[in-house]
Amino acid sequence: MKRKVMNNCAMAFCFIAVIVALVPLVSILLDIAIKGGRALNLNFFIHTPRPSGETGGGMANAIVGTLTLIGLASLWSIPLGILTGIYLGEFGSNRFGEFLRVALDVMGGIPSIVIGIFAYIIFVIPMKTFSAWAGGFALGIIMLPVVARTTEEMIRMVPLEIREAAWALGITPFHTIWHIVLRSAVPGIITGIILGIARIIGETAPLLFTAFGNMFWHHSLNQPIAALPLQVFTYAVSPYDDWHRQAWAGSFVMVLLVCIMSIIARLIIERGFTKTSLK
Amino acid sequence: MKKEKILNAVFKGSAIFASVVVFAMWLLFFFEFIKHSLPSIRKFGFSFLANTVWDPVSENFGALPFIFGTVFSSFLALLISLPLSLGIAIFLNELAPLWMRKPVSFLVELLAAIPSVIYGMWGIFVLSPILRNHVQPFLSNHLGFLPLFGGPYYGIGMMSAVLILSIMIIPTISSVCREIFKAVPDVYRETGLSIGATKWEMIRISVLQTSRVGIFAAAGLGLGRALGETMAVTMVIGNRPEISFSLFAPGYTMASVIANEFTEATTDVYLSALTEIGFVLFLMTFFFSFISRMIVKKYTVSIHT
Repeated sequence: MKRKVMNNCAMAFCFIAVIVALVPLVSILLDIAIKGGRALNLNFFIHTPRPSGETGGGMANAIVGTLTLIGLASLWSIPLGILTGIYLGEFGSNRFGEFLRVALDVMGGIPSIVIGIFAYIIFVIPMKTFSAWAGGFALGIIMLPVVARTTEEMIRMVPLEIREAAWALGITPFHTIWHIVLRSAVPGIITGIILGIARIIGETAPLLFTAFGNMFWHHSLNQPIAALPLQVFTYAVSPYDDWHRQAWAGSFVMVLLVCIMSIIARLIIERGFTKTSLK
Repeated sequence: MKKEKILNAVFKGSAIFASVVVFAMWLLFFFEFIKHSLPSIRKFGFSFLANTVWDPVSENFGALPFIFGTVFSSFLALLISLPLSLGIAIFLNELAPLWMRKPVSFLVELLAAIPSVIYGMWGIFVLSPILRNHVQPFLSNHLGFLPLFGGPYYGIGMMSAVLILSIMIIPTISSVCREIFKAVPDVYRETGLSIGATKWEMIRISVLQTSRVGIFAAAGLGLGRALGETMAVTMVIGNRPEISFSLFAPGYTMASVIANEFTEATTDVYLSALTEIGFVLFLMTFFFSFISRMIVKKYTVSIHT
């Protein structure tokens, strides 16, 4: 009898734990959908912020800024990440490979604010100004380990038989990797890239003193640049109701983007793999 | 044929080059952080970590209030989050009907996808008012004699930060726990059930006992995340560099002081002190996540064989 009660209590606790975790999720999503959805309009996408206290205006410059920063981050971290992943997957069964794997894992765990300091030291101090470059560098460091480790895993998932078939035909190592291994690993690598981008869309901390934010359009990449999460932060901690509304609208756009990207990544994982020879 | 050889060499060379670049970035990281922390290390030495005064005007810097705030908030968050995450992992792995597992685990993982600044905003506009108007008056009236619930309450403060952190690290801990539970062979479960254990007894003996080292590691990974969390905490913790054990009082963490003051740091020593805090924060998270990763790796491998 006592054992049965204990059993039921434990089962109930596990179920309640799930509910407790989902309540804040639902609350956050509902708030974003209701408050953000209400504040979203065309102006939000085509106007820059108005001076504080005036109503209206939008986050057009921040949306473009975020896209620019993602572009800059992708530009260096995707090629570097894929090449590092190829190294780990193909040639990385040695000491250096082991070491590199740990280095990448630890890199993925650096607090994002610390990455911000690093980018500040490398870019902002020598350039003597906040810039899009510094922001792109900081975001790229967050993306790099995601891309590299997924690429490695995808390459390792390619069955040995396929490689053996290539070797049996006398195909050189480069062509084996380029035309055969990478070809079947592509959906996975793309998934890694999308997950990496989804991770950096909402990153605020590393941009605070690198991209810095900007209430106007940026005219060059050597200037401070606006970003969606930065703008949401500035507006959320401001005392103006209209800015709060816009912060919710900005959150709505960010969460929507993150969700779309995660869903695409999931679809590629589920569909792409059955199509290629991986299964 | 010669062209082939060159192609091979170039390809392998560029892969090696990329890896060396990643490695070099690490060296640069350590070099630059130590270099830029030096002015502060030279001026304050080890007393930097024990000094409770943070006074930018007279350039007297001590990191203890921030270290305390970071450690206190993260450990409390872990205390709340760990049992919940274990419950979720058990539910998803052992109890839930099969059709439910995928969508529910997707929802729990969605918690990890929400940007931290949005958690912060939710904390300011939704959680803090609830705490201030309903939860904290109740706690203050009935449990006010405990130091944990002493003093005036504002809504914003340590309590909001702890709650938000514990929500944010649930997906990390529960997904690692699930991986570890999955690595427990079904034979263990069947053995438990066959000797007449109830489901809970089976889970306790066959699953939890076998995975206890792994659960420890999952907690370490969650802790690593909580220590470094910046935006959400900065927005709700109140940002006052004082050491207080009351959950109602405002606090300050290492990450939030960097976020708030880095752009305002006017002197070299000020900037250097903030950089040193960043470096110490990195070493703390490094310590926890590195050890946890090693354990998870060893554990999931050894249990399979």
